[in-house]
Amino acid sequence: MKTKSTGKPIKGISDEAWVLRLYVAGETPKSAAAFSNLKKICEERLQGKYSIEVIDILKNPQLSRDDQIFALPTLVRKLPQPMRKIIGDLSNTERVLVGLNIASRDR
Amino acid sequence: MKGKQRKSFLKGLPKSPTGIQGLDEITKGGLPKGRTTLVCGRAGCGKTMLGMQFLVRGAAEFDEPGVFMAFEETERELTQNVTLLGFDLDDLVKHKKIVLDYVRIERNEIEEAGEYDLEGIFVRLNSAIDSIHAKRVVVDTIESLFSGLSNESILRAEIRRLFRWLKDKGVTSIVTGESGDGTLTRHSLEEYVSDCVILLDHRIDWQMATRRLRIIKYRGSSHGTNEYPFLIDEKGVSVLPITSLGLKHVASTGRISSGITALDDMLEGKGYCRGSTVLISGTAGTGKTSVAAHFTDATCKRGERVLYFCFEESPTQILRNIRSIGINLEPWMKNGLLRINATRPTLYGLEMHLAIAHKVIEEFKPHVVVVDPIDSFAIGTSDLEVRSMLIRLVDFLKMKNITAFFTSLTSNGNLQEPTDVVIPSLIDTWILVRDIEISGERNRGIYVLKSRGMANSNQVREFILTSHGVELRKTYVGPGGVLTGSARLAQEAAETAQALIRKEEIEKKQRELERKRRALETQISDMEPPLNPKRLKLPSSFRSIRPESDR
Repeated sequence: MKTKSTGKPIKGISDEAWVLRLYVAGETPKSAAAFSNLKKICEERLQGKYSIEVIDILKNPQLSRDDQIFALPTLVRKLPQPMRKIIGDLSNTERVLVGLNIASRDR
Repeated sequence: MKGKQRKSFLKGLPKSPTGIQGLDEITKGGLPKGRTTLVCGRAGCGKTMLGMQFLVRGAAEFDEPGVFMAFEETERELTQNVTLLGFDLDDLVKHKKIVLDYVRIERNEIEEAGEYDLEGIFVRLNSAIDSIHAKRVVVDTIESLFSGLSNESILRAEIRRLFRWLKDKGVTSIVTGESGDGTLTRHSLEEYVSDCVILLDHRIDWQMATRRLRIIKYRGSSHGTNEYPFLIDEKGVSVLPITSLGLKHVASTGRISSGITALDDMLEGKGYCRGSTVLISGTAGTGKTSVAAHFTDATCKRGERVLYFCFEESPTQILRNIRSIGINLEPWMKNGLLRINATRPTLYGLEMHLAIAHKVIEEFKPHVVVVDPIDSFAIGTSDLEVRSMLIRLVDFLKMKNITAFFTSLTSNGNLQEPTDVVIPSLIDTWILVRDIEISGERNRGIYVLKSRGMANSNQVREFILTSHGVELRKTYVGPGGVLTGSARLAQEAAETAQALIRKEEIEKKQRELERKRRALETQISDMEPPLNPKRLKLPSSFRSIRPESDR
């Protein structure tokens, strides 16, 4: 099932909307860790302009095929384009920022 | 239930037939059921094809649906690739017999941040398997993960878990892996798969490529251990177990005509033994193909099938050349009794030639196989290999009770030497055609060097190619040696002349005798009148005297 967690949008930066999807398989320690890590990073860096959709592929396996998911947990940056994938429990914040291409945007 | 268990125990390991010609034979029934088989080999050696065929055959013939998980080709590419080989993958997918799943792993799209696992693959496989109740799974090639992801320890653990999982799932699976240097697979997958390992190889010897397959290990089952050549053609993969299986063929006592009456006469008047191996050897242009053509023609006339392998001429060229000696093989080709299989000797490696010969023989089921000439195989390969190949070919034909007719080219000036490639002991009937050069002309002599199981003629016959076929003549064997051709004709003319002279002399003598007899008779008749009794009368004086004395 999809759980939505949307932060408050910051006025005037609607074009910089971040659509993120987190694929997990059931409620495992890894998926829980991934979600909380992601949440933390988003709150710090993308406050108000991001949305996270958590997808449990055990409940909807077809989505794992459609989005080419093989490793779990996987974070997919749907927007902004291009699509990017980050796998792992997102504990390595630096790699997540590189993966999401956030670090460079800040500088 | 109990009975069933006992039955499967007696049968040994339950197996899942691959439906691949030959592979089931060497694995004695197929791949281990419910277990994982590792198929490894270098790029382009046919791993994907083998896996795909395993699935397609399973779905189409054994009612075992299958899942193909590809890491290297997309569903579309896969479908296209195998369409070329005659599989309609779309149809099978539509009928829920096969599920294709392409897993795309692009290193530059992926960032690794922390701990992860490959549960995604498991979920995808699981849902695919459950959706069609799949019994077979192919994972091609799981090692692509190593090029897409960097955390090797996670990958190893997960791949090990995958193999375990496949086994627990009870599906018969094939996992492919690319060969590395000195190892079966680049990332030593063989450490995790212990049930069955098959190695594919695409080797090049003397610029000729041959695909080979070998079963490295098959736990709990016996299997063929050799390297077997295999083919990928328009019908998919076929493995050709062509190693000699022993000398168990039943010798036939039947005889078949060579198509040349005089040659039959030299072989007890009956011709070759059915199922035997006949070799005709001779130098270039001695008429070996003509003898083969006669045999072909005679066999087709009896309504039997002939498979003619030629390596030097195209089918039309052969037909034309044979027509010049008055034999028309075309009708036989049209009504399907004759098939001419023309290939360039250099087209494939030796093993492949043999493999293809096997395949065609299995398909066509001929009564007679002609190979013209066998020496073509010897191009660029060692004698030993050629011999081993011929042994296997002869063996195979004997087992099928097919009469084999080989022609072989002998080097010039090497007349007593059999041929360049053939082992004489392999041949049952060996006919030698040789040139006899005398007084500026070249004539052909034919003789039966040996023929097992029959009292063959020991004569050298002269062999003439006429517009109505091969004719054999008795050669002149006299104090001057063997005479053939015009020398024989001259000798024959001389003999005729001599006979004529003799005859004339005899007639002359007879005439003389007759004359003498007549003369004698005349003389006798001349002497006859005085002996005439009428004339022999006593002088009258005696007559007058006698009555007086009586008185």
